[in-house]
Amino acid sequence: MAVSVRVPTILRTYTSGESEVGAEGATLGEVIDDLETRYAGIRSRVLDDAGALRRFVNVYVGNDDVRFLDGLATPTADGVQISIIPAVAGG
Amino acid sequence: MSTLVQDRLRAGAFGNAVALSCRECGATQELGPFYACTECFGPLEISYDYPSITREQIEAGPANIWRYQPLLPVPADIAESPNTEPGFTRLIRAANLGRELGIDRLWVKDDSGNPTHSFKDRVVAVALSAARELGSKVFACPSTGNLANAVAAAGARAGIPTVVFIPHDLEIPKVVASAIYTNRLVAVRGNYDDVNRLASEIAGEEDGWAFVNVNVRPYYGEGSKTLGYEVAEQLGWHIPDQTVIPVASGSQLTKVDKAYQELIRLGLVEEKPYRIFGAQATGCSPVAQAFRDGHDVVRPVRPDTIAKSLAIGNPADGPYVLDVVRRTGGVVADVDDEQVRQGIELLARTEGVFAETAGGVTIGVLKQLAESGALDTSAETVVFNTGDGLKTLDAVADRVGPAATIDASYEAFTAAGII
Repeated sequence: MAVSVRVPTILRTYTSGESEVGAEGATLGEVIDDLETRYAGIRSRVLDDAGALRRFVNVYVGNDDVRFLDGLATPTADGVQISIIPAVAGG
Repeated sequence: MSTLVQDRLRAGAFGNAVALSCRECGATQELGPFYACTECFGPLEISYDYPSITREQIEAGPANIWRYQPLLPVPADIAESPNTEPGFTRLIRAANLGRELGIDRLWVKDDSGNPTHSFKDRVVAVALSAARELGSKVFACPSTGNLANAVAAAGARAGIPTVVFIPHDLEIPKVVASAIYTNRLVAVRGNYDDVNRLASEIAGEEDGWAFVNVNVRPYYGEGSKTLGYEVAEQLGWHIPDQTVIPVASGSQLTKVDKAYQELIRLGLVEEKPYRIFGAQATGCSPVAQAFRDGHDVVRPVRPDTIAKSLAIGNPADGPYVLDVVRRTGGVVADVDDEQVRQGIELLARTEGVFAETAGGVTIGVLKQLAESGALDTSAETVVFNTGDGLKTLDAVADRVGPAATIDASYEAFTAAGII
């Protein structure tokens, strides 16, 4: 599935400054793997050593926080927008 | 961008602060409008080159948070800048409430006495200083209401344009008390977590915006330390045995702990064991739930409570609240909305303090902890009221009112049986 990914400021060093990039994958995990092939190094910024989402990263598929869905197994429909956003905000 | 930031900064712009360091992995970076670690997304925290400072020097300072300037990321001349001069609110001996709950030595730190009637004036004042020093064009925030009031007022006073984002369904007093200061109040269809997400995205796109609780959050958070400093100073320079604090994002609780630790480190108080307790509303209690389950991560929830100022389903500092509470031997507990209303009424009837719903939460949790024995009722205890009941009138409007409506005659008065 072709999706678009919104990239937070602190990861734009990997995407040549692009704030939104394309990627492929049927699940969030696959999309992140695909991003790694395009922008080497980006995966380990988003996932920890055990391959889980870092605790201070929020990822949204469409409007939904993937922690309310199936995490990395969340399906990513064709054309959906994925947002990666630092979690340390608010309050 | 960062080099440009450093070039524009004046000497001493951030006082004794020296760097930003990641709370998760320890990576450091220079002071600037940054909040998330570039290595791991962890929260950035202000590091200081701590000065030596005495109680007398602090006591000689202004009767607001700037008396603690050397311990905040603000310049030495901060007190001369146009700001709302928050802090140094009253710490009242709550003997009546203590008697009611069986707590021998109880104090209420009443932060409703701040300029816009909540503790948010403290954090906003520090964030405003950072915004000014960084040359920000816009002062902004996502807010559950109290922060919106504080940002809009501080921006007006400082002459910096504000843009304030709130959930569309906030209490009317909080909407009006923001809009009166700014013509750029934006109501967002969604809950606080949706508003917060939007703010994070805007902060990533718009240069020159200081979002107080997003990209200048490391500075902002430091303002909450002043609650801890004041409590210790007002008690005669000692840390209370137990402190009960409301938890929304969790920042305030962790910063009060940081303040206590700094006071010990600087020799301003004696080192002693203390316990910190967190209070949430059951309808938004992800941290209390994680505490009960023994988890060190917090699973987000969708909030459903009248305590809207605490209705953050995805609390940024939740994991650190768990760390502090567990380290100090405290508890994170929650009470339902009915207990929140009862808590507001109890504090008002016993101490003459009208708390907003967040204060009802802390009083409700205080009562629960005292009854369950989780709180030592013989130990000195401070409970926080962080906001003013006039902002959340609806919470109790159907519980209290005139005992009678009578004609204006003495006869009617005696017939009504009031006395």
